[in-house]
Formats: sequence, structure tokens, C-alpha cells
Amino acid sequence: MSDPVLGIVTPIRIEYTFTAGKSRTRFLRALQERRFLGQRCPSCSHVYMPPVGSCPLCGVATEEELDVGPKGTVTMFCVVNLPFYGQEIQPPYVCASIQLDGSDTKLFHLIQEMPAHEVRMGLRVEPVWVEGEPEPSMESVKYFRPTGEPDVSVDARSAARA
Amino acid sequence: MRDVAVVAFACSTAARETERSEVEILAPVVREAMAQAGLSVQETGFVCSGSSDYLAGQPFSFVMALDAIGIWPPKMESHVEMDGAWALYEAWVRLQHGDIDSALVYAFGKSSLSSIHEVLTLQLDPYYLAPLGADAISLAALQARALLEGSQYTEADMAEVAARSRRDARSNPMAQVTGDASAEELLAQPYTVSPLREHDCPPVSDGAAAVVLAAGETAKRLCERPAWIRGIDHRVEPQALGVRDLTESSSTLLAAQRAGVFERPVDVAELHAPFTHQELILRDALGLNGGTRINPSGGALVADPVMVTGLIRIGEAAGRIMGGTAKRAVAHATAGPCLQQNLVCVLEASDG
Repeated sequence: MSDPVLGIVTPIRIEYTFTAGKSRTRFLRALQERRFLGQRCPSCSHVYMPPVGSCPLCGVATEEELDVGPKGTVTMFCVVNLPFYGQEIQPPYVCASIQLDGSDTKLFHLIQEMPAHEVRMGLRVEPVWVEGEPEPSMESVKYFRPTGEPDVSVDARSAARA
Repeated sequence: MRDVAVVAFACSTAARETERSEVEILAPVVREAMAQAGLSVQETGFVCSGSSDYLAGQPFSFVMALDAIGIWPPKMESHVEMDGAWALYEAWVRLQHGDIDSALVYAFGKSSLSSIHEVLTLQLDPYYLAPLGADAISLAALQARALLEGSQYTEADMAEVAARSRRDARSNPMAQVTGDASAEELLAQPYTVSPLREHDCPPVSDGAAAVVLAAGETAKRLCERPAWIRGIDHRVEPQALGVRDLTESSSTLLAAQRAGVFERPVDVAELHAPFTHQELILRDALGLNGGTRINPSGGALVADPVMVTGLIRIGEAAGRIMGGTAKRAVAHATAGPCLQQNLVCVLEASDG
């Protein structure tokens, strides 16, 4: 029996130039202006945040655009206790699903400026933007923080259905 | 077998899309096909798509495409990491079960996001071929050389294919490449990878296509002249190029026999030949050297959105029947290097 060949080098490198798409481009450009640009479905009236240019429920183009937020409500959250390679924030920290005011869907982001164990569903939050010129990226929002407003009630089941 | 027909077809204009996302290219195409059929996605019994994550540069990229479709309430859906022609095959099989009467088939792909010829290298044997960096054009050139040396065909025959395809493309608004250069003029151009010149190779295209299939009475209700699928079959050859005779297409021949191509004359054929010499090989395999009109759309040489091109062939062939200009059509789709895998579909009018 020959010695097993345990490895060969097959260099593979493919570079991609992504196109965000017309709709997502407008959303990302609005982030640079510290705005959340949502889209409304002409058929079911759902307001999407973040938008993708199409209503995944109805399959129609969502061309009407409107500002939503910037404040919102925590509808789901989890506490990350696990350290992992490349982690930029010291655990424990909170990842949350946030429904911006005026939106029917949720976006995901971090909750900071509050002890992780105090984050709860119904918590009112607002974005904290990066200093300086924001990039066309979700990272232009550093995190969300509590507004101090009274909690609002969240229907957990409908919140999870999005 | 249950009678199943193509009742609608739409596709995007092939182009390098620098602004629109896959969803934005696909969505209007699906809407147009559904409008032709007079159906909503919700009314169809099944949805099946073809695409490739290697083109999109992200895993499970077919899932994002569902945003373009509208799949609420949740749909019965499937996907093949293949050209959309194979998605159509799956939908045809699904319709044979008899419990649903219509299906939406679509395909999408953006070849322009990366180097498509390098992406296609990744389908090769990872031990023996991929490390050599053999790209799709070079492999096609090897095949073309084998054909030129092993047959009566010449580079002029290849240029004739290109000249005809480009002329026909002038009346196809979905084409990316058009032209009225003669074969002689094309032959004066330099080689890209000898013996292939630029006109022997496909353009880099982004695009999407959608087909609606319907069975029996539903097809008759949705379409004045349904394009009935009378036979459909696909066959694959070994992966290693060195064990195949690249100058002929045994898998196309067998699929054609199984699909019933040779039973009667064919009015029009849409062949998925991204390279000119491959059309010559396919014509021979399908016995199409007589009165059959070949690729009136211009074929893959004028518009080649990878993962979509084969489905477009079925849509174009069906379109000739739905439009009343043909009674019997053959559509062909290919996948893999050098025509490794081939699908043949026979379409007929009700009085075909």
C-alpha cells in the first residue's frame, strides 16, 4: 500500500464584484444620511425594513419609499456569552430584533449602553451612529441604545412571525 | 404520461447588469410570464428554479431569489444547482404526479460578478484538471481543434454559425450581440484561443428567464396554442474529458432518441451551443442538417446568461409554437465542460 496522499494544493481564488441592486443601493445611501429608508408593498401594505425591492409575500415590486424609525422596539433578543475568534465586542452582549417605528418587519442589531440582563422585549431603543462620515453599510449604526421611554407591549408570536 | 405544455415564457435582455440585483432582474420576468399565463404564483402548484451559488458568490443564493416570486402562503418549492432547463424537467416530472396542474420554472444568473470562465474551471476534476487552471474557453478550444482535425468541418463552418446567429439576433430584442458581418469578415479577426475567435465564443451575460408549465385542460385554458412537451430526456457523460470523444455528443443522441426527436421532421431547433463548433456537433447528433431552422433567436452565441441559457432555449422553441410559426420544435440544453450533459425536449402544437 502506498503512503496516503494527505494533501494537495489546488489554488482557487474567485473575486466577485457585487451589485447591491437599485433598491438596496438607495437604502445604503440613506444610511449615509443617518436615515432608514423603508419600502411599502403596494399589494399588502407591509413596510419593509430593511427593504430588498420586492415583497417576498406578494412578489410585487416595492417602489414606494418612506423613512421609518429611527426609534424602535425590541421584539426579540438573545444574550451572547460565547467568545469566538474575531469577536469585536466583549461578551456578554445583546443581539436583538428591532422593529423600527413605521415598519412591519424587523432588523437585527446590537443593544448597548445597558447591562445585558436588563434588555427585554418591548424595550424602546434608538440608533447610535458612527462618528464622522457614515459608510453605505449597516456598520454605520454602531448599535441601538435604550431611549428611556416606557416599554411597549409586544405580541411575541406575531413578532416572531415577521 | 400526462400531457404537459409550456404556456408562457419570458426572459430579460441579456447584458452585463451593473445596477440591478438578481432579484431585480428576475422579478419583472416572473411577473411577465405569470401575466402571460393569467395565473398568480399562489395559484401554481409548484415552483422550481435553477441557479448557481458560484455565480452569485454566496451560499443558498436561490433562497434570496424567492423574494422576487412571492411565496406566501408557503409554496411547494424546489431548486436545482443546474441550468433552469433541468428545473423544468423536475417540474415536468412533478406534474406527472397528477395532483397539481401548473408550475412556475425560473432561472437566474449573473456571470459578470466574477470571471465566469474561471468559475467554470471549478466544476473540473479537483486533482487532475482544476490545478492546471484549465478555463472554459481553453477546453472548448481543445474540443474545436479535435473536431476540425477529425471531421470535414472547417473554421469557415464555425464562422458561418456565428454570422447566422448574429444576423438572426438582430430581430431578437433580448440579444446582447448582433451584427451583419459575413463569415469571411469574421474569419479575418484574430484568434482568442486558437482555433477559437471572439465570434466563436459566448458573451458574458446576466439574465433571468421564466416558464409556466400546465397540464391537460389547464394548459388549453391558459394558452391558445400550448407547446406540448411530447418528449424530454437528459443524459450525462463521464467527467474526465480524456475518456470522451469530444467530436460527437453521444448523450445528446441518446436523449434525442428517448425524447422522440427522430420520429418526424423538426421545424425549428433551439440548441444550447455556447461555442460555434458545438452547434456543428449538436446538429450532427440531432440529425439537423436539412430543413430545420436552427436557433432563430441567435442562440447562446448572442446571449449566454449561464444557468439560464438552456431554459431560454426551451422558452424560445415553445414560443415558436405558441406564436404559430412552428408545429414541431426541439430544444436542447447543455451543462458541464464540452457538452458533458445534455437535455433534449420535443415540443409540439396541438395539431403538430
